[in-house]
Amino acid sequence: MKILVCISNVPDTTTKVKFKEGDSLFDDSGVQWIINPWDELALTRALELKEDAGNSVNEICVIHVGGAGADATLRKALAIGADKAVRIDACPADAYHVAGQIAEFLKENPFDIVFSGIESSDYNGSSVGAMIAEFMDYPGISSVTAVNLDDDDIQLSRAIPGGKQVLKTETPFVAVVQKGIANEPRIPSMRGIMMARKKPLEVKAAAEMDVLTKSVKFELPAEKGACKMIESESAEQLVDLLKNEAKVL
Amino acid sequence: MSVIAFAKNWNGKFKNSTYELVSYTKELANKLNTNLIVLSIGEVSNDELNTLGKFGADKVVSVNNPQLNILTSRAYAKVIAQLAEKEAASVVVMSDNNSGKAIAPRVSVKLKAGMVAAVQELPVSLDPFVVKKRVFSGKAFGHVQIDSEKKVVTIAKNCFGLIENQVEVNIEEFAPEVDASLFKIQVIEEEEQKDKVILSDADVVVSAGRGMRSPENWAPVEELAEVLGAATACSRPVSDEGWRGHEEHVGQTGKVIAPNLYIAAGISGAIQHVAGISRSKCIVAINTDPEAPIFSVADYGIVGDVMEVLPKLTKAFRNSKS
Repeated sequence: MKILVCISNVPDTTTKVKFKEGDSLFDDSGVQWIINPWDELALTRALELKEDAGNSVNEICVIHVGGAGADATLRKALAIGADKAVRIDACPADAYHVAGQIAEFLKENPFDIVFSGIESSDYNGSSVGAMIAEFMDYPGISSVTAVNLDDDDIQLSRAIPGGKQVLKTETPFVAVVQKGIANEPRIPSMRGIMMARKKPLEVKAAAEMDVLTKSVKFELPAEKGACKMIESESAEQLVDLLKNEAKVL
Repeated sequence: MSVIAFAKNWNGKFKNSTYELVSYTKELANKLNTNLIVLSIGEVSNDELNTLGKFGADKVVSVNNPQLNILTSRAYAKVIAQLAEKEAASVVVMSDNNSGKAIAPRVSVKLKAGMVAAVQELPVSLDPFVVKKRVFSGKAFGHVQIDSEKKVVTIAKNCFGLIENQVEVNIEEFAPEVDASLFKIQVIEEEEQKDKVILSDADVVVSAGRGMRSPENWAPVEELAEVLGAATACSRPVSDEGWRGHEEHVGQTGKVIAPNLYIAAGISGAIQHVAGISRSKCIVAINTDPEAPIFSVADYGIVGDVMEVLPKLTKAFRNSKS
């Protein structure tokens, strides 16, 4: 069984965001890039499934749509344990474009399971995984918090408001995963980093694909007013302020 | 021409977020000078469908096919796309929740309609069609232009509010083709907490962090939540330590919530946590450290030990009710 994990290359979550060219472009100077946190959890779970001798997962491949700047992030995925990486050499213009590129790759290179994070921490589009499922006409399960394989018996959990559903499905399918799918992401070991240098990172030419949306402008949120401090003995005063000033009760 | 809102139900009932979606889409249809069609999929009584009329839904299309009782994004997307084509819809609008996240991207591909998730307000401009959304997990806003003829947007919860606009509802049945081969998932088990307020729906949230010092100390948090009819939540370290379940984690990689009131007890306010709560209408922070970053995003702050402050707050809220 083969698992494909879609990887987005995003600014480190502690990045102070700034823009350039009249607030029309993200200013990436000095930015540290990381594997999108949800994609990293997806990769972690994929590796756990491969390591579990009880099932037949024998290949984990990561895929990214973007320029050579992301190669360091892909090498990190290899150092954590992915077997190979594929980069589709295209500017990731919008979710439709990215999902379409990955679907074109999948048509030539079939996988049993496709993992995608529920959103990326940069443009928060939350759509690539489900779009891949639609391009491929695969079942897609979103908000996935657990994936378990026992030969062909595939069980997933997905979050529903106030609870969860356990589902059964069959391959091929796309799982769009969120928090809970795996515990701590892994830190690459020295040996992993050495081995990653020898693992394949294949660069593929982009397919013809339409772009349907574009970012035209960015703005920073308005500064928050000062916090009103209340004495710890004055709980009643806070209740009064929430009722009569903030009017949220 | 028309604009379609997909009104998801939960066990046959709509939520406030459904009415917010209808309010939003009605305003959008007015701006575009076109009709609003609200689509309901699954078993929903006519009485419940009629409640949509309070928010301007004059035409409700109901698809009641037992095959669609389980949320199967592939089949739902097919139904929505079929209706969109039949009604020549220019925009399809959904809520940005679990089901919207699963279905909207599929509708986008089916209709070749550019999609933007979790928009914050009515479009900034209609021609070109530009919408505003949070980007970089709330650290900024982006204006996104949709260039395709058809469009799909999902709206963020609590971004718009309810706008009453009572109309007579005209319910139409619609029986789209749904092939059995679309249903490749089956539900084998379902767990729902019946007795707790659901975090993603809650108007008030009481959240706690490592400042509680131990998982045994959660009683004051739960007591305050009970008095306020609030949901409980926690910070990432708390869920990573296993002190509370992952479903309670709010923050960049956990849940992003937008309640009216968010009370953060013993949470320092790391940038990743703030990303999950910054859309709250009002934030109250309680922390021993007056320099904690949570105070820079809070509206009201108390410097003090959570174990002492929380019971006092619980008492004050209880007294104010009686």
